[in-house]
Amino acid sequence: MSRLTVRKTYKLFIGGAFPRSESGRSYPVTSPKGDFLANASRASRKDARDAVSAARKAFPGWSGATAYNRGQILYRIAEMLEGRRAQFADELGGARKPALETVDAAVDRLVWYAGWSDKISSVHGTANPVAGPYFNLSSPEPTGVVAVVAPADPLLGLVSVVAPVIVTGNTCVVVASEPAPLPAITLAEVLATSDLPGGVVNILTGHQAELAPWLAAHMDVNGLDLTGVADPALALRCEEEAAANLKRVQRPVTADWRADPGLRRMTRFLETKTVWHPLGV
Amino acid sequence: MATPKQTVPERPVFDYAPAPESRDIVDLKSSYGLFIDGEFVDGSGPSFKTVNPATEEKLAEVATASADDVDRAVRAARKAFDGWSALPGSERAKYLFRIARIIQERARELAVLESLDNGKPIRESRDVDLPLVAAHFFYYAGWADKLGHAGFGADPRPLGVAGQVIPWNFPLLMLAWKIAPALACGNTVVLKPAETTPLTALLFAEICRQAELPPGVVNIVTGAGETGSAVVSHPDVAKVAFTGSTEVGRIIARSVAGTGKKLTLELGGKAANIVFEDAALDQAVEGVVNGIFFNQGHVCCAGSRLLVQESIQDELLTALKRRLGTLRLGDPLDKNTDIGAINSAEQLAKIRRLSDLGESEGAERWSPACELPAKGYWFPPTLFTGVAQSHRIAREEIFGPVLSVLTFRTPAEAVEKANNTPYGLSAGIWTEKGSRILWMADRLRAGVVWANTFNRFDPASPFGGYKESGYGREGGLLGLEAYLDV
Repeated sequence: MSRLTVRKTYKLFIGGAFPRSESGRSYPVTSPKGDFLANASRASRKDARDAVSAARKAFPGWSGATAYNRGQILYRIAEMLEGRRAQFADELGGARKPALETVDAAVDRLVWYAGWSDKISSVHGTANPVAGPYFNLSSPEPTGVVAVVAPADPLLGLVSVVAPVIVTGNTCVVVASEPAPLPAITLAEVLATSDLPGGVVNILTGHQAELAPWLAAHMDVNGLDLTGVADPALALRCEEEAAANLKRVQRPVTADWRADPGLRRMTRFLETKTVWHPLGV
Repeated sequence: MATPKQTVPERPVFDYAPAPESRDIVDLKSSYGLFIDGEFVDGSGPSFKTVNPATEEKLAEVATASADDVDRAVRAARKAFDGWSALPGSERAKYLFRIARIIQERARELAVLESLDNGKPIRESRDVDLPLVAAHFFYYAGWADKLGHAGFGADPRPLGVAGQVIPWNFPLLMLAWKIAPALACGNTVVLKPAETTPLTALLFAEICRQAELPPGVVNIVTGAGETGSAVVSHPDVAKVAFTGSTEVGRIIARSVAGTGKKLTLELGGKAANIVFEDAALDQAVEGVVNGIFFNQGHVCCAGSRLLVQESIQDELLTALKRRLGTLRLGDPLDKNTDIGAINSAEQLAKIRRLSDLGESEGAERWSPACELPAKGYWFPPTLFTGVAQSHRIAREEIFGPVLSVLTFRTPAEAVEKANNTPYGLSAGIWTEKGSRILWMADRLRAGVVWANTFNRFDPASPFGGYKESGYGREGGLLGLEAYLDV
């Protein structure tokens, strides 16, 4: 007799815990061929608000951690992901070899960003030679809570938008790929076992059009990454909503996730603080 | 340090003889047109008058640029863009150096005109605004041929036509902050000065002609909000830069949504100036005065909330009131004047309304004995004590010479109160303890932190806000980013 597999219940990831949607809703997720894979949670706007609260609560601790510590934790995420290489390749589906290459690229991307934690200030900060007897230094600081609408690419795309946001000290609420949300929730299991403090990354699954405008309008969200929004009307609405508290907005882009990412995804959600002090004896 | 007396003298100890700067150096025309494609042209909209806020006398009639005029200006800028952006950076640099030099040569004329049109003391326009304006052009001139070394790639490209809308508080300085980096990076510009302070921008247009800047590289369109809106919404504008109120900033952010235009905003503030009990008191008093009474408090980064440690509240307030009693309010062109005129009747009404609200909400109002001139727009230096965080004078930007005093006991409470605002432009810290300065600076959510100083500006130093004070930086290497396609 063949053994019946024990399936996983795919839930949300909020504040380091895995709750179901408070709405009690789910939606079926299928493979590209149309086979049923799972019922994913369909997050509500209340879930989105809870996720923002969790991200806000986590911000002082995460932004206040040393850059070295944040780098270590991102590297730890890479380690944990590497350890689940086969599982993610299974979940991505399709041909085995490209699936494994995608997981490898996601691991490598995390390692790349991990190293930036204690270097971005040196590259993006400046010592300013002002015309007077003053010490004057500009350094980057995280923007705060960033809402991220993740691209369709369910693992490499997701990692490529989340890592640059958190490595600098931001916390985030992520809306996972709507058609392929399962790797995001499995990634949450990786995050939950990587010493990443709860609330630094919160992951919602569900309908992008239902969640993104609420996050765009939320007054305690400081940044908005619309990379994964394919519908121009939805992107426009979100950017308009974001103006209410002048969120920093990354407009939708079609990205090649295998290309060198550059610094832009980090600098988009960085503020510059300039400190002056007189010289004297 | 002398023990502070508990009484406040009613009048300054010394009387000063009048020392007016001559206004003869300024050759005012009776009317001004727009500056488009290197020429002064008439505007199609109705002309408006710009007045001297210290006397309410009309200085000149100024043209309103209609949407069609703005379109002509943008087309001129677009046409000029190909040539300007293709120039070697070293050539663009030389134009900017020329402009910097002409500004220095004509500095007194510009300073007098600025004080006439804006109402700010000549001491400030002459010693702060104009030197910074020239320095800003000089600084960005030097970047024009070094952009490949700025960390934005080997050959970062300009964006195209920059549409720039600036406020009335530092008319020429804000023009410099906008135009110098835009041109250095290879963009061309259409700039709209504020409705109440257009004159120095129009004199700057003349300077562009003296510098033989190619036509269309700089275009100046005057008018009110509608003209600004036409600049911002023009489809051929690739970059929008705005300095002004958070309210208008929001409208602009909404209007550029979905367009692909790059946007930088430098908006309002409600900065905390935090004085600890171990601060050098006399220096702190000077810093607090400079923080809120510089430029009549028409400063987005003004230290409009004084957070004083409870243990020194009485001592500090006594010293502060004594110092306010020595401030000289009056003729902006008098070289002894500390506090000039409020820029407009509208702004004066706003300052009065919010100050009256401060009283009706229960804060205690104080001003030194201070005679206001009969004509013009004037408001005495004012401070409010007994202010709660919920009071509107502690939350809203007044943009006038009005200081709200709050207290705190611990550094953590100071941080909490300082950050308890949707704004995040600047903050001040006064303490003799170095580690506390850095601890505080780390936690204040503001783009500029002045420790044991306040309201310092320099072209090499990035300026700009967190949160609802806007985004993007002006000044320094980071100020290039706003004008490059990166």
